[in-house]
Amino acid sequence: MSTGRGRPEQDRDREAVRRLSPTRVLEIDPLLEDPDTRIVVCCGSGGVGKTTTAAALGLRAAERGRKVVVLTIDPARRLAQSMGIDSLDNVPRRVKGIDDSAGGELHAMMLDMKRTFDEIVEAHADPERARAILSNPFYQSLSAGFAGTQEYMAMEKLGQLRSRDEWDLIVVDTPPSRSALDFLDAPKRLGSFLDGKLIRVLLAPAKVGGRAGMKFLNVGMSMMTGVLGKVLGGQFLKDVQTFVAAMDSMFGGFRTRADATYKLLQAPGTAFLVVAAPERDALREAAYFVQRLAAEDMPLAGLVLNRVHGSGADRLSAERALAAAENLEDAGIVDQRDGKAGLRNSPGTHGGSGSPEATDAEATDAQDTDAQDAAGAEHAVDADRSADRLAAGLLRLHADRMQLLSREQRTRDRFTALHPEVAVTEVAALPGDVHDLAGLRDIGDRLATGRPELPDEQV
Amino acid sequence: MSRLQVVSGKGGTGKTTVAAALALALATAGKRTLLVEVEGRQGIAQLFETEALPYEERKIAVAPGGGEVYALAIDPELALLDYLQMFYKLGGAGRALKKLGAIDFATTIAPGVRDVLLTGKACEAVRRKDRAGRFVYDYVVMDAPPTGRITRFLNVNDEVAGLARIGPIHNQAQAVMRVLKSRETAVHLVTLLEEMPVQETADGIAELRAAGLPVGRVMVNMVRPEVLDAEDLERVRTLPRASLARALSAAGLGGARRGGHAERLVDPLLDQAGQYAARYELEQEQRAVLGELDLPLHELPLLIEGMDLAGLYELATELRKQGIA
Repeated sequence: MSTGRGRPEQDRDREAVRRLSPTRVLEIDPLLEDPDTRIVVCCGSGGVGKTTTAAALGLRAAERGRKVVVLTIDPARRLAQSMGIDSLDNVPRRVKGIDDSAGGELHAMMLDMKRTFDEIVEAHADPERARAILSNPFYQSLSAGFAGTQEYMAMEKLGQLRSRDEWDLIVVDTPPSRSALDFLDAPKRLGSFLDGKLIRVLLAPAKVGGRAGMKFLNVGMSMMTGVLGKVLGGQFLKDVQTFVAAMDSMFGGFRTRADATYKLLQAPGTAFLVVAAPERDALREAAYFVQRLAAEDMPLAGLVLNRVHGSGADRLSAERALAAAENLEDAGIVDQRDGKAGLRNSPGTHGGSGSPEATDAEATDAQDTDAQDAAGAEHAVDADRSADRLAAGLLRLHADRMQLLSREQRTRDRFTALHPEVAVTEVAALPGDVHDLAGLRDIGDRLATGRPELPDEQV
Repeated sequence: MSRLQVVSGKGGTGKTTVAAALALALATAGKRTLLVEVEGRQGIAQLFETEALPYEERKIAVAPGGGEVYALAIDPELALLDYLQMFYKLGGAGRALKKLGAIDFATTIAPGVRDVLLTGKACEAVRRKDRAGRFVYDYVVMDAPPTGRITRFLNVNDEVAGLARIGPIHNQAQAVMRVLKSRETAVHLVTLLEEMPVQETADGIAELRAAGLPVGRVMVNMVRPEVLDAEDLERVRTLPRASLARALSAAGLGGARRGGHAERLVDPLLDQAGQYAARYELEQEQRAVLGELDLPLHELPLLIEGMDLAGLYELATELRKQGIA
């Protein structure tokens, strides 16, 4: 729903605010239209609308002529249904119903991490060995999604999609991690485990009679396997060893691929978008992320700030709105006591707003009050009382909105003060969830226009 | 009342806040609670406006009536080293294991070991007694992983018990599972009055129940005040613009004639009312969905000025008022 934009003088007011604000505006369309942009990664903490943002960006890019694939991790059911990707088959599906007049296409898929892991195994091991791995209990737990697997598989899938080179642009959503940074670390962690020292240690019993130089390591190794065996149980360790032995030939590949994906993320064709809501925790997470991306040489395009509230009446402060509401409510009490509204120093009290003529008389100057007959006045008083009560309610609603607005702006300003270099686009809050292409398109428009109404400095 | 209170919820619903408020509420009237963080985000420290929590139990707040809230941020690596030390007197070998990547392996990659350590630590605190044989903590409140992962997190002990079929991790898993599946435990879910969190809550409850884990309450967080009810909204729809303009003018907001200050407020205010109405309707729908879950339902108000320490005490008072402690 739009938040009353449009009157010229308010636009002027807003321009003033815009000039005062040091924030750089993130231009979404140039980013999406640039043929050099090949990967857009949406990251941020949970519950800030990452998936929706990713889908909206994908749709917008496709409708502007690009051939896009969106990789979502855990979309809301109805959103997935509307895009036709609610079946988990781990391959991109073409999304129907988009405007393809610019020659673009939209494909989308939902990540199935177990399936992705299985496919790696099947692609890199002979059938017999693949069967052994797939039926190994350790592998089954590992692939079913313990710490890090989902992140690793998301990056793995990204690498696969990129190497197929079928799409101009890949938009990736990142897993709802306990911390937004997990997906950068997990692949490395899993990669370094899978071809690290520990694996070689665990592998050792399967390679008895290895090189002499291994002897020293073997001492530590037997202690290691001893302890691990004790803690985890012998069977567990045996499962791990069988798994590791079966996967032996693939390990180099894991490391290579983890490295390749990491490099892909640093490449110039990649753009990271940090997604947040104007709330303290989400923006704190976003700030960490901005620093982390810089430290890793990952190219940050900017911040998408979702669910920002605006007001078409942002010149009216919360304090004044509340005072006005109280005025009306107090007047109501006086009215009730005296049975008439005469005490109120108000023009228009006798305006007979309940009558049809008055309904149509918006332009009536508030001063032109005529005397009414007694019954009409009585009626008018009732109607006015009701109008007063409703007006008071609307003013309280506005006061709440303004308080929310200034809190959001304070939170945002704190972020901007820390990271003035980060370009920001703001997306106005919607009353409900998005679950169809029209909704996504609307979000896309909002992303591209950059900035909903922001409040003036409050007096 | 269960002594281990696990708080989960979709990301962004404020489960850490609710967990902290619950710990405060349960500590009121001279009780002692332990608030446990398992995801290493230091959300509790931020909420209580203190420096980052170390891996040790320390007093973090005093509740009305002399109660105390302790907090602990569990670090799985340190928990594992502790644990190895306790059972094997490893000494320096712990560091060697760390260097080899074994600790990393065990706490981040080995399926479920990390989760066993985290839940194990919480269960240990639940069962811990002082010399006089009294429980050290009256309640343990866990700020748990989000709804999407909560069942696997709590049930992981079952999975590990299946994987590690013997050995201390196995035994530990079994012991932890006995606590988690008993009446000693209640898993609460935090939600908002929005479609996705409510859907996720319903799914989460079904999963928890299927796994035999005890579901406690549903806590609806950040509930906006009802400024206008359904009847008011209906009246707003039929309210003549002129009457509204006059009422605003009467309230001292300027002229009611076209172009006057008050008149210019009419559109934006009605626009905001429209947004409120759309949201109100969605919220009523979601309330109805939650009502069908057949669980105790609690609503916590949105703190318009944002969360701070005072707000936390406010929410704790609200929880007590609603009979949660």
